[in-house]
Amino acid sequence: MHKISRPVNRDDSKNKSSGSAVYISDVIKPGMLAMAVKSADFQHGKINTIKKPELPEGYFYVDGKSFTGMNRASIVAQDWPFFAESEVLYFGQPVCAYTGPRIEVCEKLCIQTKIEYTPLPAVSVIEDAADFFNDYTIIKGNPDKSFKEAAQIFENQYRTGMQEQAYMEPQGMIAEFNEGKLTVYGSMQCPYYIKNSLKNAFNLDDDNVRVIQSITGGAFGGKEDYPSILAGQAAAAAIVSGKPVKIVLDRRNDMSVTPKRHPSLIKIRTAVDSEGNITAMDIDCRIDAGAYESLSGVVLERAIFISTGAYNIADVKVRGRTMKTNHIPSGAFRGFGGPQALFAADMNMYYLARKLNAAPLELKRRYLFQRGDISVTSGIFRDDIKLEEMISRVEEISDYSSKWAEYEKTSQAGDKMKGIGISFAAHGGAFTGNGEQEIIKSLVRLEWEPDKQTSAGGRLRILVSNVEMGQGASITLRKIVAEESGLPLEAIIFTNPDTDIVPDSGPTVASRTIMIVGKLIQDAAAMLKQKIEDDINSPSSVEKSYVHPPEFDWDEETFTGDAYPAYSWAVNVIEVEIDPITFEIKITGSWAVYDVGTPIDIKILEGQMQGGTAQSLGYSSIEKMQMINGKPAQVSFTDYTIPTTLDFPDTECVFIDNPYRYGPFGAKAAGELPNEGPAAAFTAAISQASGRMITEIPVTPEMLEEQLR
Amino acid sequence: MNKLIKISFLLDGRMFSVETKSDRRLLDILREDAGITGVREGCGEGECGACSIFFNGRLANSCCIPAIAAEGAEIDTIDGFSKTEEYSIISQAFADAGAVQCGFCTPGFIMASAALLRENPRPTDNEIKIGLSGNLCRCTGYTMIIEAVRLASGRMARNV
Repeated sequence: MHKISRPVNRDDSKNKSSGSAVYISDVIKPGMLAMAVKSADFQHGKINTIKKPELPEGYFYVDGKSFTGMNRASIVAQDWPFFAESEVLYFGQPVCAYTGPRIEVCEKLCIQTKIEYTPLPAVSVIEDAADFFNDYTIIKGNPDKSFKEAAQIFENQYRTGMQEQAYMEPQGMIAEFNEGKLTVYGSMQCPYYIKNSLKNAFNLDDDNVRVIQSITGGAFGGKEDYPSILAGQAAAAAIVSGKPVKIVLDRRNDMSVTPKRHPSLIKIRTAVDSEGNITAMDIDCRIDAGAYESLSGVVLERAIFISTGAYNIADVKVRGRTMKTNHIPSGAFRGFGGPQALFAADMNMYYLARKLNAAPLELKRRYLFQRGDISVTSGIFRDDIKLEEMISRVEEISDYSSKWAEYEKTSQAGDKMKGIGISFAAHGGAFTGNGEQEIIKSLVRLEWEPDKQTSAGGRLRILVSNVEMGQGASITLRKIVAEESGLPLEAIIFTNPDTDIVPDSGPTVASRTIMIVGKLIQDAAAMLKQKIEDDINSPSSVEKSYVHPPEFDWDEETFTGDAYPAYSWAVNVIEVEIDPITFEIKITGSWAVYDVGTPIDIKILEGQMQGGTAQSLGYSSIEKMQMINGKPAQVSFTDYTIPTTLDFPDTECVFIDNPYRYGPFGAKAAGELPNEGPAAAFTAAISQASGRMITEIPVTPEMLEEQLR
Repeated sequence: MNKLIKISFLLDGRMFSVETKSDRRLLDILREDAGITGVREGCGEGECGACSIFFNGRLANSCCIPAIAAEGAEIDTIDGFSKTEEYSIISQAFADAGAVQCGFCTPGFIMASAALLRENPRPTDNEIKIGLSGNLCRCTGYTMIIEAVRLASGRMARNV
């Protein structure tokens, strides 16, 4: 492995451990007001009247009319209003808000605000939804012909649930408006998304909106979209009141109003020829977008582009739709459509193995993508795919095949029902489709500040809009620049982005922070190194903008070509026990092998993989979130249980070496990967242990009882 | 119940007095009146442990303690604890093990780790898991936090 992979202690652990790190909830500005939002207590209706209480002195009212530009956040689609207008489309939708000195008074004013509605028909689940925001079809090869010639056709459907990001720090934002300039501070992933949204909301020009990220206590996608809504609401209140306004959601509020992972319902028809070969798949993928489109279209793209999973199927037809329902708009969550599609694809291979009387691993490995194969979008897998090597490694650490054979014979006997499952996952790094080259157009800057007092002779500052949110961006980006420039790590400075200072290098999403931005700063560091060597005592800087490697082709109209420049890969093995009386599920083993190119820091990567695997196992088993008549049934950690120290075993992680040509020191996507594969490995293990074909997550003891009794 | 009362308690070794509503959460008194923001609010209902403190020497969630119960109590927070040798060992172990990611849960985990190690200086892995089971972390999957407690336990034994 490259020497950059050697672990270095994080730069932020001291402040965070001692409690001196300042999160947005800790910030107090002089004269600052509190704010409370009145949420709709109605699923779908036309607003007839809003009866407001009399405002005490020093208190202000804001609603959709408080926006001088458009009352719509700019989150890919520009359709989600900051406050409802004539119609409420989901339970919990913000209708109006109050700002003033005391939060208790603002909350009381919300309670005293009475809204009358004319009811409209509401749709709560995918099956009942007729309308959709996006409808995409992709064809690879000639699926019609393969289905016509098929000896057998198998059909099954797969379902995944809603999942809450459950970052430990609830969302929060502070806005202030001084002399025509709007400044917003908060917990976020994408400072320029918020800046853009605020410019459009208040018709402000570039110089008059400033967004500053505060220390962000976890995000996982959950702080990609909603911070734009929250910033707009706080900004409206700051403009109306003329004072700084702070809004921090408490946990129940946060879980009641913020987006979650899209539930999915995926039907797969599979054509098999007379020799038992899989020849084609016909996939119908529906994801539950909720009441507004927001970024669901891109989530759907990611899902359908990887809809056969890690498997090369010759002829494929995929139709994907984002179904319109009356609940909270679904949003970004680590994996972004991938986990849903990969669960269905991998469980379908398990299903086919059972139907065709093959061992699941035996069938799966016959179809694994290899270098030179064609993706669902007719792109080419250009780089070496080392899944066979990864299978060998996972067999070594987990003993998968011999356990599988043993449980196949004895799973139903004894005190416990035992099972083991294996899954394969692929994750395309960076923005989907033409995002990087046509939409984001990342720009980074490095600056050299001479300082004779320091041993390095100065400081090198990394200026990017990508944020540290817990994932280790600060230490890993600094390591890349240190390694390339030859300067000591202490001389490389990374601070939380402020849009008045940093260029727009794009959002902190899709593993693009290392893979795209990391490469740009590596190249910029090489250029700046020259300048520093020429004249160490003068300030200097280098800017670098993204150029898409010309070998990758993409047609956004037809979704044809290379949807991603590079893929990362994972093999997961999960072992389980089921109690035959209580149906309690215990996960007894978790092993994984990853190809993330070059890990920039092995400890950071292990932390990502262990944490992500726990999230995925939670998604598969204990994290159940339901919308009952459009109202979230679980809005606290009491009702919605995320994993504790006692729930899952440690995940043993192995990284194989497979450097990516265009990544910094060979690095490619990593953060999403542990959320992609574990659900299918777990569900395959449960299926073996229970002797039933399980097709839905989360798998709960109640669900197993229904199946087994 | 909701009258203003005056309460006094020993906060990180110093007397602290405040006039407040009797049912106000100790968490709010610590954060808003005493300015100790290292005591975090993650859930507000005793599930996540981000607001962990020592209450008369025992680990407790400050979001679940009403003001009136704090009268005369001895309360230690991350603010005072972070100045001790015990803290230095535990926080260094957290840093070395890679146990800190977003950091929001970290002060609570450090308090819980200290409480565990005071009671049981050489815990087994299972005892560590039980000892930390009242604290939630969404970033790490806990492996490195458990490793940090193991490390701290070993280093404390050597320090004696």
